Amino acid sequence: MTVNMTKGQAISLQKNDGGTLTAVRMGLGWQAAPRRGLFGSRTREIDLDASAVLFADKQPVDVVFFRHLVSDDGSVRHTGDNLVGGVGQGGDDEAILVDLQRVPVHIDQIVFTVNSFTGQTFQEVQNAFCRLVDETNGQELARYTLAGGGAYTAQIMAKVHRAGTGWTMTALGTPANGRTFQDLMPAILPHL
Amino acid sequence: MTAELVRGQNHPLPQARLEVRVSAGTPVVAGATLGDAQGRVRGIEWVAHPGAPTLPGLEVSRQAAADHRLAFDLDALPETVHRVSVLLALPTGTGGPARFGGLAAPVAAVTGLDGSGVAHYSMSGLDAESAVIALELYRRQGAWKVRAVGQGYAGGLAALLADQGLAEAEQLAGGINEAVVQGLARSVAPPPPRLPDGDRTRQAAAPATPHGVSGAVPPHEDPPNVPRQGSPYDVTGSPDPAPQPGPGGPINYVHPGRQSAAPPAPPPAMPATPGQPAQPVAGDATGWSMEERLYNQVWGMFEDLARTAAAYRSAVDFADSRLAQELDKVLADPRNRLGRQGDLARETARTKHTQLVSQARASLDRDLAQLLAESDVVEPALPAAFARWDNPVWHGYRVPMEIPMAVRLGDLHLPESESLCIPMLVRLPLQRGLWIDSGRSGSLDPFADSDELRRLAMETAVEHAARLLAVYPPDVFAVHVIDPAGSGASALAPLVHSGVLADAPAVGAAGVSDMLTRLTRRVDLLQMAVRGGVSDALPPDLDTAEHLLIVHDFPHGFDDRAVTQLRYLADEGPSVGVHLMMVADREDAAAYGPLLDPLWRSLLRLTPVPDDHLADPWVGHAWTYEPPRVPAGSQVLAQVLGQVAQARRAWNR
Repeated sequence: MTVNMTKGQAISLQKNDGGTLTAVRMGLGWQAAPRRGLFGSRTREIDLDASAVLFADKQPVDVVFFRHLVSDDGSVRHTGDNLVGGVGQGGDDEAILVDLQRVPVHIDQIVFTVNSFTGQTFQEVQNAFCRLVDETNGQELARYTLAGGGAYTAQIMAKVHRAGTGWTMTALGTPANGRTFQDLMPAILPHL
Repeated sequence: MTAELVRGQNHPLPQARLEVRVSAGTPVVAGATLGDAQGRVRGIEWVAHPGAPTLPGLEVSRQAAADHRLAFDLDALPETVHRVSVLLALPTGTGGPARFGGLAAPVAAVTGLDGSGVAHYSMSGLDAESAVIALELYRRQGAWKVRAVGQGYAGGLAALLADQGLAEAEQLAGGINEAVVQGLARSVAPPPPRLPDGDRTRQAAAPATPHGVSGAVPPHEDPPNVPRQGSPYDVTGSPDPAPQPGPGGPINYVHPGRQSAAPPAPPPAMPATPGQPAQPVAGDATGWSMEERLYNQVWGMFEDLARTAAAYRSAVDFADSRLAQELDKVLADPRNRLGRQGDLARETARTKHTQLVSQARASLDRDLAQLLAESDVVEPALPAAFARWDNPVWHGYRVPMEIPMAVRLGDLHLPESESLCIPMLVRLPLQRGLWIDSGRSGSLDPFADSDELRRLAMETAVEHAARLLAVYPPDVFAVHVIDPAGSGASALAPLVHSGVLADAPAVGAAGVSDMLTRLTRRVDLLQMAVRGGVSDALPPDLDTAEHLLIVHDFPHGFDDRAVTQLRYLADEGPSVGVHLMMVADREDAAAYGPLLDPLWRSLLRLTPVPDDHLADPWVGHAWTYEPPRVPAGSQVLAQVLGQVAQARRAWNR
């Protein structure tokens, strides 16, 4: 069941058959927007980076990004940096795998962010989305499209947080500015 | 327990708040109609559909989808409602299929809000129908029940609604379809504008240059407080813990054989043992041979244990720091200094701490139990090179014909898991020399007897050498010994008496010099030959075997020239198969000053007694290394060495 999420919407991460999800993948995809005017055919590569910040009681504990691809506890894994994007049509350019069962007990929120490492704003990006996929069977659980790119270089996409015994995903979609996740910390904190 | 319903069957509903989950192989519209005691739908306001998704007590999806979750609160329905029909219909005008025939049977399941299954119904046998009433929830004597209906309508949604007694069925069906088509238009991303050819060349092979140094500083690159610099566990050639996709290229996760539409959810079959992890199996890893699979499995267990322990430690650290903070806060608040309020706050903080720590411990114990079970099946399955000396595989020892991929140098464990030992497997041929530290510097026991340590160190070295001799084919491995003062003679006895050494241990300054000169010449020649690409021009007395030189009592008996030769061997030897095994106390060579630092650093430091100086490559925990021990009274070493010696004689070496 794909849910097209809107900003602020939350969905409970449960399987259709009622079991709790064990592994999810946060996929990120984008393409460079074509340039208008002269030399419009010259492509510009846009390097977006997906990061996941692990919080315990609103304190950042660990982070998974292109320089630290696996969280220390092994529960969150980045599949590797993609410098250009462009799979398009729903494919993921970067992905972060979360093994929900193995997330340490004190981690209660995982925030997913996207940064433009090369500094272009989201105006120059098209078809950018993030989606949450049930890793065990490949089914898409939720998709969140980066609506209308604006003049900002980062976006706080979504958070996955504990709710009762399971997990819930909330679409955040807050624009921010920064090159890597560290620059976003002040913008992330209000969402915890 | 989920009831599997057949058409017409009914089943009691245990609670009023429910979900109906629908899955079909293709996007379908899901809706619900309310009926009164006579089963009639009183008007369009009694139909929940994508255009009007919410009615008191129930909510349906706004759009067509292959999977739906419809929420029901039966208690919130109007009193006059006696029946709720859940319907599915194929949307028209979207290019999708026009009939259920040929599609996988749609499935409807009633579940509690927590996902617990109540009833499950698979609508098989549909053909030309394009709309179907899946389930009916109805009141019977004050309680709600569900019935599997499965009534299909070839006339589609309009026919279905008309059959329910709705006068405006035609218009309503049209309106529903309209809403669905609009919903689809909203949710499906428009295809990207067609770009001229070559406009967007895919840079799949772009070099994965790391981001420039201008970026932010990674916080976790080298965990502090980890004794890495000395002799980290050599991970060269180990399988990459996190396999990374091709450099720079976009990742395509779509399996070529996997259909793109969401497959119909399989009936929720009960797993054999629900909630239980699968039974571990030896060799449950990737690899071309059983040996490689076991090697990778051991490394997988090593990583899992490292990470599980990291999760546990970080949770406990967090709990500790939170407790300290909260206690500080209580102390800082003057209102808490007197009376019970402060005690209560402290009590709450401590309870939170205990709770989190016990949760962390529980998940650590769960993981440890799984790894222990895996270790229990993996250890007995290990080949000799990977096995402990007490493994029965050593009693059935036969001289091998092939070089194994790795050798076990000992066991590793963490304080959290004394009972779980991970074999420390190091790839062969050795990438770096070994240093059996006979000094007290790193020993866990500061009062260990220094002579005892020296004796233990030499015995450990002999055990390592014996294992290497045993796991290599006899014609490709030779062991030499330098024992200038002869002080290691008793420890060396098993090697000397069985006759597995290439030559007698070198004694005295002359012996040291002679041995080093021969090995240095060998390294020289091999290097020249390899660099010049003329390996056939080597002198006939030069074999191609690997050589291990055990150096005891360093620097006793070494002059400056010998030290230089030793350093040369340490630097250049490994690449041409000449390895060092130093059995030494660094303090003894302190007179050489920093001159020898590169030598010590280039060696993998092992200890004759358990010592926590090895770091794993992922998190950098300090692991306790335990050297391999031949069980007391066991003849296994002598037997194995006897076979090796016999084979070496047969090979004329």
